[in-house]
Amino acid sequence: MSTESRYETVIGLEIHTQLATRSKIFCGCPNRFGSPPNTQICPVCAAFPGVLPVINKAVLDMAIMTGLALQGEIRTLNEFSRKNYFYPDLPAGYQISQFELPIVEHGFLMIEPEGGARKRIGITRAHMEVDAGKNLHEGIVGASWVDLNRTGTPLLEIVTEPDLRSAAETGAFLKKLRGLVRHLGVCDGNMEEGSFRCDANVSVRRRGETRLGTRAEIKNLNSIRNVMRAIDYEVERQIDLIEAGEKVIQETRLWDANQNHTRTMRGKEEAHDYRYFPEPDLPPVVLTVERIEAIRKRMPELPDEKLIRFQKDYGLGEYDAGVLTADREMADYFEAAVMAARPAEAKSVANWVTVELLGRLNREGMELGQSPVVAEALGKLTRMIHEGIISGKIAKTVFGHMWDGAGDPARIVEEKGLVQVSDQGAIEAEVDRILAAHPDKIAQYRSGKVQLLGFFVGEIMKAMRGKANPGVVNGLLKSKLDG
Amino acid sequence: MDAPIPTLAQAAQALAARETSSVELTRACLSRIERLDPTLNAFITVDAEGALRSAEQADQARSRGEGGALTGIPLAIKDLFCTEGLRTTCASRMLERFVPPYESTVTARLRAAGAVILGKTNMDEFAMGSSNETSYFGPVRNPWDPARTPGGSSGGSAAAVAAGLCVAAIGTDTGGSIRQPAAMTGITGLKPTYGRVSRFGMIAFASSLDQAGPMTRDLRDAAMLLQVMAGHDPLDSTSITTPPPDYLAALERPVRDWRIGLPEEYFGAGLHPEVRAAIDGAIALYRELGATIVPISLPYTQHAIPTYYIIAPAEASSNLARYDGIRFGHRCDQPKDLKDLYARTRAEGFGAEVKRRIMLGTYVLSSGYYDAYYRKAQRVRRLIAEDFARAFRDHDLSVILTPTAPESAFPLDEKKEDPVSMYLSDIFTINVNLAGLPAVSLPCGFDFHGMPIGFQLIGRPLDEAAILTAGHAYQQASDWHNARPGNLP
Repeated sequence: MSTESRYETVIGLEIHTQLATRSKIFCGCPNRFGSPPNTQICPVCAAFPGVLPVINKAVLDMAIMTGLALQGEIRTLNEFSRKNYFYPDLPAGYQISQFELPIVEHGFLMIEPEGGARKRIGITRAHMEVDAGKNLHEGIVGASWVDLNRTGTPLLEIVTEPDLRSAAETGAFLKKLRGLVRHLGVCDGNMEEGSFRCDANVSVRRRGETRLGTRAEIKNLNSIRNVMRAIDYEVERQIDLIEAGEKVIQETRLWDANQNHTRTMRGKEEAHDYRYFPEPDLPPVVLTVERIEAIRKRMPELPDEKLIRFQKDYGLGEYDAGVLTADREMADYFEAAVMAARPAEAKSVANWVTVELLGRLNREGMELGQSPVVAEALGKLTRMIHEGIISGKIAKTVFGHMWDGAGDPARIVEEKGLVQVSDQGAIEAEVDRILAAHPDKIAQYRSGKVQLLGFFVGEIMKAMRGKANPGVVNGLLKSKLDG
Repeated sequence: MDAPIPTLAQAAQALAARETSSVELTRACLSRIERLDPTLNAFITVDAEGALRSAEQADQARSRGEGGALTGIPLAIKDLFCTEGLRTTCASRMLERFVPPYESTVTARLRAAGAVILGKTNMDEFAMGSSNETSYFGPVRNPWDPARTPGGSSGGSAAAVAAGLCVAAIGTDTGGSIRQPAAMTGITGLKPTYGRVSRFGMIAFASSLDQAGPMTRDLRDAAMLLQVMAGHDPLDSTSITTPPPDYLAALERPVRDWRIGLPEEYFGAGLHPEVRAAIDGAIALYRELGATIVPISLPYTQHAIPTYYIIAPAEASSNLARYDGIRFGHRCDQPKDLKDLYARTRAEGFGAEVKRRIMLGTYVLSSGYYDAYYRKAQRVRRLIAEDFARAFRDHDLSVILTPTAPESAFPLDEKKEDPVSMYLSDIFTINVNLAGLPAVSLPCGFDFHGMPIGFQLIGRPLDEAAILTAGHAYQQASDWHNARPGNLP
């Protein structure tokens, strides 16, 4: 038994999702990323003396929706608390958060790790809180600057049970959760811009041990890949420590993606005493059952529900359905394309989306949202194949033109003269011409070299610049050669 | 010697009748401030230019036939209401040069009603104190005797009204900061129900207790100001949505057959005999007016001070964390690093009492102590509120009558070095804040030293009308509120 396999890894996550509300959580400032420093702020953001917070109701709705999607219980009496600590990016000197009574508890999310069985990952809680600003250090000598634009951005912090057992499971969970919040439209899931941030609590224990090992909390994980790399590193570090007879200490560690390691940020003894107490400026928020049910009704279909529906309604395989429902944008694209084609052509549309479109996007390093080929156009293209207007092969050429910005496939086909020739007479004339030019090949074919059929098809296609309906060509050739 | 400054009702009437102008009234106030304030130190900032400009606008509005009850009325504002473009210090070195970029809801409402803001009044630093001696700008002196305190924390507003430096003033009350100085300066001070007046733009001391209110010569003036100040504010989530009633109408009701509760716990050993005698006089008058006096008990009274001195400092320790030298306010010179910036900025910017309360509050919220202190204090707070609710209900009371403070204005420096004895000065007012009830202090006599004495009327939640009715009935039948400090020039 290898050293690693004698240990079990235990991982729990804390995920901060920035809620995509129009305005901030406690004031009317726009909730927007990427503006020049301190241009999206007001006295409330900067915690000027005398200002008061007013809760943005959209935050409550998004938190409820996420909680419902995570199959959690929604608390009807919500209290906010102050988490007190000094830091320049925290203008009030406290963060308004939820402490004892979070809005969501006891949820779960099913994951499908690659090569593993479906697994239920418990969600301990999800609570609303406010994001801090940012301290800027780069390019500044002898000082730090503070940008408060992010201050007031609503966050939903989602905390999992320590149910994850590997980097791979953790990656699968994060992809699933990110897909879910994007799908619900509550968060754009952008880890690099920090709208979807993850801290990982990692510990190891000998197999069979039921108590949890001492954990390290790892921060500064700005991509799913980095989360997975950091976990792998951390697991190895902790096992090495234990094997060397040393102890893992409880601490917060920082992932350094360049050095490919984690390092101590602060130990347990340096941990803050946050002096939580109920936020006196915000009375408890009471959520009625009616309100929660209304949100449940207007919730978009969940990815897992969609996965089943795509298989049933469109006759897709589990893999294709999985790819197409991984995020809402993809699923919406697919369904819009099917609308422009015909339901019966859904499988073919799925192929075009997953093979041609995604292949091309991957090669170009682009996101679906940047695709020059819109869903309706792709649907139309598929429809043209099924209507016999163009062949599948021509369709790929047309797709290339569409990608280059030519737009409507029907117009491309017409302008470039790519309409498939299905006219029996026109094709037969060409078939006759080719056959007449190759009496030797006919003889060979008839004496058993049937693979020459491909040669004839190729010659005819070449002559007709690929526009001949391959079915008709095949049929005619066969009847003439075999007949 | 200039003409005496009228009450708000008198001034409004004279302005409406065009017997005087706002500019004239404002000039009279400014001239008295110039003459008397070097002695009293009631103002931190006097905005003569801004006041006269508003006064001119008010006069123009009046001449166009526009304007409301407060158009052209010169007011003094406690220096913890943010006033856009006008320095707001909270009597702290920390905010010595702080000019707010926005306006508090209270001052915005007063301005919208046409009021003229003369300036910002002195107070205890961040409203923490009962004698006005914690102010960075020096103590306020009592117009009845400049060697004595005017009370606190709204001591500047109280002194300004008592000395006729303004027509009326606005204060705030966290544990008695409107009522106690009102009692000590012989004026009328009303603390509304928690949430009745918006706290937006009021620099926070203890968020769950702070409440703004009028400080005036009599109950009619208080009603007129409260009418403008009260009402829901979407910017304050703790502000009450119920629309305020017609407070002026409440003044005209009789108190015959009213039941007035007298809690035995408020008349114990700590009460000065001369204060007791004056209160007895007020009680006798209510009997004459046809009210029934009902002895009651509020058994949790004795827990008020410890409860308050856990909850208020806890909230304050958090509320005052924002003064970190980064975005506004005092900042120490040449900080070595972040810790040094925080430590020296706050050490230099805050006075001793503020620091004491921040430390107290930080301690009671600390991990391991929270349950023993803060959580328990919140429980006791509920019991105190239930005490009042039970008394009002079981005895069918309209109001409860108590002394406002255990003694009259004490000499400056007497309690300065003894925080516990200073804290006891609020023993009769603090419960009301903990329970969130409306209460008013009004004058009912003088002691041997000629210092005013006040009594307190406490109402049910949102029943400001009851304390206005009872207080006005008393003032109709008595003359204490008309007495003015005689030794002023």
